[in-house]
Amino acid sequence: MLNKKIAFAIAFAALSSSVWAGCGIDGGRVSIVGNEFPAIQAVGSAAAECAGGGVEVTKNLTADHQKINVQGMTGNPAEYTTAIIANSSIVALMVDDVIRPLDDLVAKHGQDILKHQLVTVDGNIMAVAFMANAQHLVFRADILAQAGLNPPTTYEEMLVAAAIIRDMGLMQNPVGGAYKAGWNIAEEFVNMYIGHGGEFFEPGTAKVSINNQAGVDALHMMKALSHFMNPDYLTHDSNATSAEWKAGNVAIMNMWGSRVGPLKSDEVAAEVASNTDIAGPMTVGGGSIPAATLWWDGWTVAKNISDEDAEATFLAMKHAVRPEMLNDETSLLAVWLIDGYEPTTASRGVVAAAQMGTKPYPMVSYQGLLHSALGAEIIDFMMGKEDAVTALADVEAAYTAAATEKGYL
Amino acid sequence: MKHKTFFWFFLPTAMAMFLFIALPLVSVVSQSFHVPHDKVLITVENCDPFGCTSQTQIDHTLTQELYEAEPLGQWAGLGIYFDRGHLAITEVGEMWRGSSDLGDFFSTLKNLPFYRAMGFTLTFTFVVTPLVILVGFLIALAVNSLHQRLKGLMIFFSLLPMIVTPLIGSLILFWMIDSRGIIGTGLQVLLENPDLSLKASTGLTWVTLIIYGIWHAAPFAFIVFYAGLQTVPKETLESAMIDGATRFQQIFHVVIPHLVPLVAFVALMQLMDNFRVFEPIIGFHAEAHATSLSWIIYNDLGGETRLLSSAATTSVLTIIGVSILLAPVLVRTWREFNPKG
Repeated sequence: MLNKKIAFAIAFAALSSSVWAGCGIDGGRVSIVGNEFPAIQAVGSAAAECAGGGVEVTKNLTADHQKINVQGMTGNPAEYTTAIIANSSIVALMVDDVIRPLDDLVAKHGQDILKHQLVTVDGNIMAVAFMANAQHLVFRADILAQAGLNPPTTYEEMLVAAAIIRDMGLMQNPVGGAYKAGWNIAEEFVNMYIGHGGEFFEPGTAKVSINNQAGVDALHMMKALSHFMNPDYLTHDSNATSAEWKAGNVAIMNMWGSRVGPLKSDEVAAEVASNTDIAGPMTVGGGSIPAATLWWDGWTVAKNISDEDAEATFLAMKHAVRPEMLNDETSLLAVWLIDGYEPTTASRGVVAAAQMGTKPYPMVSYQGLLHSALGAEIIDFMMGKEDAVTALADVEAAYTAAATEKGYL
Repeated sequence: MKHKTFFWFFLPTAMAMFLFIALPLVSVVSQSFHVPHDKVLITVENCDPFGCTSQTQIDHTLTQELYEAEPLGQWAGLGIYFDRGHLAITEVGEMWRGSSDLGDFFSTLKNLPFYRAMGFTLTFTFVVTPLVILVGFLIALAVNSLHQRLKGLMIFFSLLPMIVTPLIGSLILFWMIDSRGIIGTGLQVLLENPDLSLKASTGLTWVTLIIYGIWHAAPFAFIVFYAGLQTVPKETLESAMIDGATRFQQIFHVVIPHLVPLVAFVALMQLMDNFRVFEPIIGFHAEAHATSLSWIIYNDLGGETRLLSSAATTSVLTIIGVSILLAPVLVRTWREFNPKG
């Protein structure tokens, strides 16, 4: 019995040592900061397999990652050797110049990383993307069937469908949406504005220009949709909207691809879960570009760390998103950009978004300031205290004050 | 005490005050007078999984040179104080000239973030503070007149709202007042209005926040007044009783005059706390309807792009606001302790 135990221990030790040997790291420190949704958790766990034999791997995966990653990478040596970020949040790291170009490490170790995974800025590789995300249509097949409707492909059809569902008494507030004041409602405006063909800035400058017909139309569409939402919609983020969906109160909504999985889980009433279906994002105002944005999540390497730690970090993160990490479980967590990923039914919406030519969320350093200004200033319009033109003028004024302070104007 | 003894006795406190009060203040004030250098912008080609686009980025080498020359950033003077995010001098001037009467002026003023925040903060402060004192005093009187055995238990229950972390307390209530929560649905049934939503109307959100503020702070006033009630001289009360004073007269002529210094103390603490109202706004997700100076600071620091100078300026404005609020109480206390100078 004892022999068996010892043999098992040795086998286990051999197994674990072969795992870190598999990462090909001699030694160094790997410290990860990133968001906490399931796909990122899977990446973090895969990177942690490289720990051992002189390699130290720690991770801090939290929803507040954006509040700590810049500070955590500013010191020398930096606390975090890698930050997992998205196309909006990489700009904060670049503005403060805390991440390093990866060209030399890619040349040395990264030949097998797919070309489209490499995010380049001015010719320098700054991040390696591993998954894509987008908002798209989520609908209740049973409710639409009862109302005799097809899944809407435009926001105008969505309004018609909502009115029919309400009039038939199927649901009081059939439309869902993450319209919480702040980041969420600003994201919905960005979607809707892009769908109307708007441009956020005058080309080549940080000068904002959203007070135009596209901006007014975008706001009016959002207001029209809000009449079919739960009256508390200004306090509903993606979590609260998902809860409304699970409770069976919502029939059509524009929602993140990465949020659909939980809507079909076992804990949701069978009637809701089995009838929850997805389709590509909707267009608006007769436009051809979807009123949505494409997002990627990827990893970076800190600037203020030793070359040894940087190499260890690169190898551990590369190990974390290698093709072999894909299995039946992880494949469902996201739309992976990794070699060998086969699209699943859960990825249909995001894949459709990419095929329809959805624009990526702008990777511009002052876009975040505009996003904050939108989140604060379009609320008065949604509550009916202001007209659209005044609200957009307020957004421009708030953005201009912030951008002037930050030295962009 | 000899001067030398006093010096050594006071030195550790002075050091701590210097390190933890004076230095941070200097840092915040100097930050509020500076802004980051102008960014040197260039147009570059960016490529990501979805294709390549040309976008405007910061030229780091040139920007870095500016920072090495002047690490604090550019001197902005009072520029940030006067911009649209803060005192908004230009915008207020335009509104003053453009508005027909005072009411019109004040309703347009609400469009500026600083004044919108001040509107809620001041309403909250001046409604919650007196009500906290009143409710706290009533609870103290009630508990004090209870049987000895019940007192301990009642004190514990009365303190509960203060023990609960503000953010958690407000989150719990937030879920309960949801239109599908127990209080929200209850109100809809009671008032026979199925569309009633506490979260969708600005007025009702303010009422909710104010009630929460009173609920949370009343135990503080209660425990202070309860301690004060234990020191009310029995002889005076008894002689009042012999003179035929009713319970109301006893409270009005004996107890309240005895507790007046404590009222000043509670008012001081509450004015300060309520002016910095923050957690309930986050907990109740109320930023669409109510903001405060503290919330503006949090919002400036929490975005993808941090506005450090803006946050520092709002902090200085908060300190000035608290000083103005406390001035009358402080002057009074000063006079009491230094009769005739």
